[in-house]
Amino acid sequence: MASTARRDAPEPPDFGILKRLARDQLIYLLEQLPGRKDLFIEPDLMSPLDRIANVSVLKQHEVDKLYRVENRPAPSTSDQLCFLVRPRVRTMRYIADIVNADKMSGRSRKYKIIFSPQKFYACEMVLEEEGVFGDVTCDEWSFYLLPLDEDIISMELPEFFRDYFLEGDHRWINSVARALQLLNSLYGPFSRVYGIGRCAKMSYELWRDLEEESENDGQGRKPEIGNIFLMDRDMDYVTALCSQVVYEGLVDDTFRIKCGSVDFGPEVTSSDKSIKVLLNAQDKIFSQIRNEHFSSVFGFLSQKSRNLQAQYDRRQGMDIKQMKNFVSQELKGLKQEHRLLSLHIGACESIMKKKTKQDFQEMIKVEHALLEGFDIRESTSFIEEHIDRQVSPIESLRLMCLLSITENGLIPKDYRSLKTQYLQSYGPEHLLTFHNLKRIGLLTEQAAGETLTAVESRVSKLVTDRAAGKITDAFNSLAKKSNFRAISKKLSLIPRVDGEYNLKMPPDMAYVFSGAYTPLSCKIVEQVLERRGWQGLEEVVRLLNGNEFAMADGAPEDGAGGDAQRVVVAVFLGGCTFSEIAALRFLGKERGHVIGTNIGACAVRRSGVQSGAT
Amino acid sequence: MDCYTANWNPLGEEAFYRKFELYTMEWGLKEDLRDCLVAAAPYGGPIALLKNNARKEKSPSTRPLLEIYSASGLLLASIPWKSGQLVQLGWTASEDLLCIQEDGTVLIYNLFCEFKRHFSMGNEVLQNHVLEAKVFHTEYGTGVAILTGAHRFSLTTNIDDLKLRRMPEVPGLQKPPSCWAVLTQDRVTIVLLAVGQDLYLLDNTSCSVVTPPGMSPSAGAYLQMAVSFNYRCLALFTDTGYIWMGLATLKDKLCEFNSTIRSPPKQMVWCTRPRSRQRAVVVAWDRQLMVAGDSTECIRAGLQPPATFFPRALSGRHRFVLDEDSYLVPEPDGVRILSRTSHEFLHEIPEASQEIFKIASMAPGALLLEAQKEYEKESQKADEYLREIKDQKLLPEAVSQCIEAAGYEHEPETQKSLLRAASFGKCFIDKFPPESFVRMCQDLRVLNSIRDYQIGIPLTFTQYKRLTVEVLLDRLVLRRLYPLAIRICEYLRLPEIQGVSRILAHWACYKVQQKDKSDEEVAYAINQKLGDTPGISYSEIAARAYDCGRTELAIKLLEYEPRSGEQVPLLLKMKRSKLALSKAIESGDTDLVYTVVLHLKNELNRGTFFMTLQNQPVALSLYRQFCKHQERETLKDLYNQDDNHQELGNFHVHSSYSEKRIEGRVGALQNAVDEYYKAKNEFAAKATEDQIKLLRLQRHLQEDFDKPYLDLSLHNTVSTLIQDGHHKKAEQLYRDFKIPDKRYWWLKISALATRGDWEEMEKFSKSKKSPIGYLPFVEIAVKHHNRYEAKKYAPRVTPEQRVKAFILVGDLEQAADAAIEHKNEAEMNLVLSKCSAATDSAVMEKLNRARAQLLKK
Repeated sequence: MASTARRDAPEPPDFGILKRLARDQLIYLLEQLPGRKDLFIEPDLMSPLDRIANVSVLKQHEVDKLYRVENRPAPSTSDQLCFLVRPRVRTMRYIADIVNADKMSGRSRKYKIIFSPQKFYACEMVLEEEGVFGDVTCDEWSFYLLPLDEDIISMELPEFFRDYFLEGDHRWINSVARALQLLNSLYGPFSRVYGIGRCAKMSYELWRDLEEESENDGQGRKPEIGNIFLMDRDMDYVTALCSQVVYEGLVDDTFRIKCGSVDFGPEVTSSDKSIKVLLNAQDKIFSQIRNEHFSSVFGFLSQKSRNLQAQYDRRQGMDIKQMKNFVSQELKGLKQEHRLLSLHIGACESIMKKKTKQDFQEMIKVEHALLEGFDIRESTSFIEEHIDRQVSPIESLRLMCLLSITENGLIPKDYRSLKTQYLQSYGPEHLLTFHNLKRIGLLTEQAAGETLTAVESRVSKLVTDRAAGKITDAFNSLAKKSNFRAISKKLSLIPRVDGEYNLKMPPDMAYVFSGAYTPLSCKIVEQVLERRGWQGLEEVVRLLNGNEFAMADGAPEDGAGGDAQRVVVAVFLGGCTFSEIAALRFLGKERGHVIGTNIGACAVRRSGVQSGAT
Repeated sequence: MDCYTANWNPLGEEAFYRKFELYTMEWGLKEDLRDCLVAAAPYGGPIALLKNNARKEKSPSTRPLLEIYSASGLLLASIPWKSGQLVQLGWTASEDLLCIQEDGTVLIYNLFCEFKRHFSMGNEVLQNHVLEAKVFHTEYGTGVAILTGAHRFSLTTNIDDLKLRRMPEVPGLQKPPSCWAVLTQDRVTIVLLAVGQDLYLLDNTSCSVVTPPGMSPSAGAYLQMAVSFNYRCLALFTDTGYIWMGLATLKDKLCEFNSTIRSPPKQMVWCTRPRSRQRAVVVAWDRQLMVAGDSTECIRAGLQPPATFFPRALSGRHRFVLDEDSYLVPEPDGVRILSRTSHEFLHEIPEASQEIFKIASMAPGALLLEAQKEYEKESQKADEYLREIKDQKLLPEAVSQCIEAAGYEHEPETQKSLLRAASFGKCFIDKFPPESFVRMCQDLRVLNSIRDYQIGIPLTFTQYKRLTVEVLLDRLVLRRLYPLAIRICEYLRLPEIQGVSRILAHWACYKVQQKDKSDEEVAYAINQKLGDTPGISYSEIAARAYDCGRTELAIKLLEYEPRSGEQVPLLLKMKRSKLALSKAIESGDTDLVYTVVLHLKNELNRGTFFMTLQNQPVALSLYRQFCKHQERETLKDLYNQDDNHQELGNFHVHSSYSEKRIEGRVGALQNAVDEYYKAKNEFAAKATEDQIKLLRLQRHLQEDFDKPYLDLSLHNTVSTLIQDGHHKKAEQLYRDFKIPDKRYWWLKISALATRGDWEEMEKFSKSKKSPIGYLPFVEIAVKHHNRYEAKKYAPRVTPEQRVKAFILVGDLEQAADAAIEHKNEAEMNLVLSKCSAATDSAVMEKLNRARAQLLKK
């Protein structure tokens, strides 16, 4: 694989417990409503639910029919309705409408709402305002974390990014803190906690409060996770904005990986139907190529298919007994491998078709130019042409944001003209999109002069405590400066390589972007773990707007503490990309850490960015 | 130990009863008890007295006086009674005093005569007045039963969850029943009453006549009845002096007794011990007391003149001295007897004590006690006694017996000697489990300390075990004996949260009521004592302070509360909403913030409410989120208040999308334009104006061409126009909206190619010099598989891109020529890579030659 491990990487903890806990609780909740019942499920809970309890488990617990929560009345005829939902206001209205319609027609049924992962007061308020609070019973399904793979767990909260970073809504911080508490109680106690970002800090503090209140000390338990690293997504938008070139990232960009599985369409399966494939370490082919740079994937796959053929060919010279053995023991495995192999080859072809076009090459070139900070004019015209030709609304927007962030905002002329072009190409409704992007600092105009920076730095000196932190909030949203260039220099994010970058045996994490750029987020993780804190990174921290913290709770010194001290969970609040996961896996192999990546919310990537016009 | 059994009185063959003094009452009572309303709570509880109640003339000086004493006669509190005529006093299970008035109102006071609340027994009672009332205890709680002037019964089984029940009428009842009692059977509360020689049973719906089994036919009319503490047994007294004792279900008779005293007794109560086979009742007349049970003899006591007053045969050998008018208080294991000067306890001697102390007893316990005494005297007899027990292998029993008997003793000296004997015996047994001994020592220490005169709770061991230590602690707290309660917790090593912390919290709640101390002093004192004791909730104490009207103190106390979530509800209650809001935000609990925000919304007027929110960004964004989904109009008001024109503009744009009609949309957008101008966001204003323009235009187009144009982007509108061949219109839009040339060219050629209008495309290409070059023409034609057209444009492509263009159209020869002309090796290689040996050998040769030449140079 990419690099040989220097030390044996410790096994990641068994995250299967999380699944079992969630399933048991769900079954318990379903049994609280005895008898046959229809279950209404929030669409974005369907995939996670499927990973926890499939239809037959639900049927065993007297679930009759399944419906999606959507914007039309449900034809359910059951006398008991159970709703499995996220705590959202519009879902409450949907439920209230059903209840009120039943009331009008004089029908009496039992309604139960199960909130996942927790109930919010606002939801109860809406139920009350709609006059149905007394008609329903509410419960919580504390399903905070879904293990997607051996080393990935996710909260699956797509709205986290928008709610927190755009709307300034702090609701989910409580959920994050509870998720941390859950992890800590199952796999902790964590001896070291690091983090950066306002949300990270608030989550951390809330989690500490929760731990104090629960008075449940994990003494005497053997920790399985020693370190945890929390990071706000807005610390590093750049990485999320770059085109992905590792295989798993490309699959995500092309086919969208949802909840650890992907739908391969007819063009991949070379038949007329789609196939749903689970992408995780169980898939032997996938686990070997997922973290690889795309350029090495095809070679690997063809090698693999030759090997496979050779194994099939062994049949030729076999006698009856050997043949029997072969059929009973190996054939099934080979067939399975064969099936997966052909799927991944299909996927590769499909990706190649899309990505090896001239456009893609040029786009990557422009991205690299932006990251390194040269040929800004050419890049800007490329983006303009990209917009004019209506290549892809999201890609255009992504490039604009990348330009803005790396350049600390667009110069006013470009800012206006690119926006105008965009509106003409993709419709005026994107006016709101731009407003939102500006608010979270993804697409901004260069500030005239340095006035704001001066004020900001003065404030940040004053601001140390928690209460005053709120003042900076206002400033942050006013002019969030990315300072990307300076940070990049400080951390040498652009590797200086003489000659060709070796993508087959990569020397560092930058391979996930073809050796052109080391993901900032992962670099910070690496640096902090190496230094066991933030010492020596003061300047970077200042450029990132601070809010860093580190806590060592009776942590054993180097060498002591065993494997657990080498297990690190990196939590991305607001989602992370597969490139970052690949980079962290690389780091893990290199340093002997296992990095269990916990996605604070499911991978938002661009879905968060284009949040505007809904 | 002969003197020890001096106060034992036998009843029948097996049982002994004894009466001993608990306290000498020092309440200095001048009145006779019979002139007062008396109520004493069970389990050694307090005694309530109402003096002067009977006097009808109500001059202020002789107003009735309500007094509450401890069981030892110490005054706890007293108040002059100013409310209505009282009929009955009674205690609830939680030691609150119930004062039942003639009009059916029940007033509840605490132990310190502080009024708590009142309730009424209903209109019927109010009209007909209370004739008699009884307070009773069931598993539901404390109940009250009333006999009204109309000879009807009303009752409630739980005064804390008041449900009044009116019992059915007793047919033909003209005068009040001679006696009645409340029974509870299978969780149903019923009333048993006696009228003359008849017994009636009233349940919820019916009235039935009952006859107790084995009732002597000549027994006569009923005068008195008594129900045992546990509602299991019933005793009936008739006017022939006959006593029937049986089960309360009236299904079985236990025994009977003929007292020959015909006068109606003042009180009759059961005196039994749990798990005893012996049943006995204590009957009291004005001047005498009798214990009657399953025996032909009874134990009796009377006032002077004692013996001669009664026939000798009946007076018996054994008697209790009863000097004055007394009041009986039933307990689960005996009877307390109250009089002006003393407070006594009458009970059946428990088995263990009997075994040990009975004269000439040879029980192992008795022998062990004897052995220990001899041992102390250093006599060898000790060994003899011990050997005797050990020979029978009864030493463990002997020790257990001594331990158990110690529990039943009131005198510390006797307790000690029994425990010493037990401890002595223990030495000769291997592995005697020490728990029972240690436990008994602890229990006795607790009991002795609460029986102290100053405390005055004369609990017996049996009662203490039934009551449990937790309830005992509650009662100490009720009496405000905090230090003693804490000492007991510490002594028994109770966990802090249910022990010391709980008591400290109670203390603090009491402390905040001390009005004579300043807020600072009280808050400081409380914090000093409580500190960070686990399980202490400062918010609860603060809530109490607020209930006493000390808001400032409450706020001070809340400062000590470490969990801000706990502070919020009380702060809201105290109308410190803004403080509550910042505390809620600090807690990080958004639900809490919502709670406060909604509270504020209802409490403040809209303007102030919005102003408050403006200062709290976290709360504001939460509220905005809520409004976005639930109250969009409020959202507008919020922005208005804040003069946030940018957001207002966005708001209008947003709402324009939900408008169905074009006019509506245009209107909303126009509003947005105004707001954007106010926000000095000219870009947005212009963009929105363009949108309006486009919308109007699209509507016209839609009408003109009968094709959907609405909601297309400008680009797509123009593109559609071209595809449909409306070139003039497209040109017009191009000019009107100042579409950049480059875009227009891209757009036009791809639209024309889609339409397959190659002629127009050619015309267009020649209209003027292309701002995007001619490679796109080639590309687009190739994309639409029209190589022929593509070829037309290839020569016009700029030299730098020409090779690429020729490759695209598949003209390798020309590509090769162009590459050779440029003398560009990379281009040559590119062309070469496209060549196939079979068909393009000439071209390849040419290229190879040129390349070789190039390399030579």
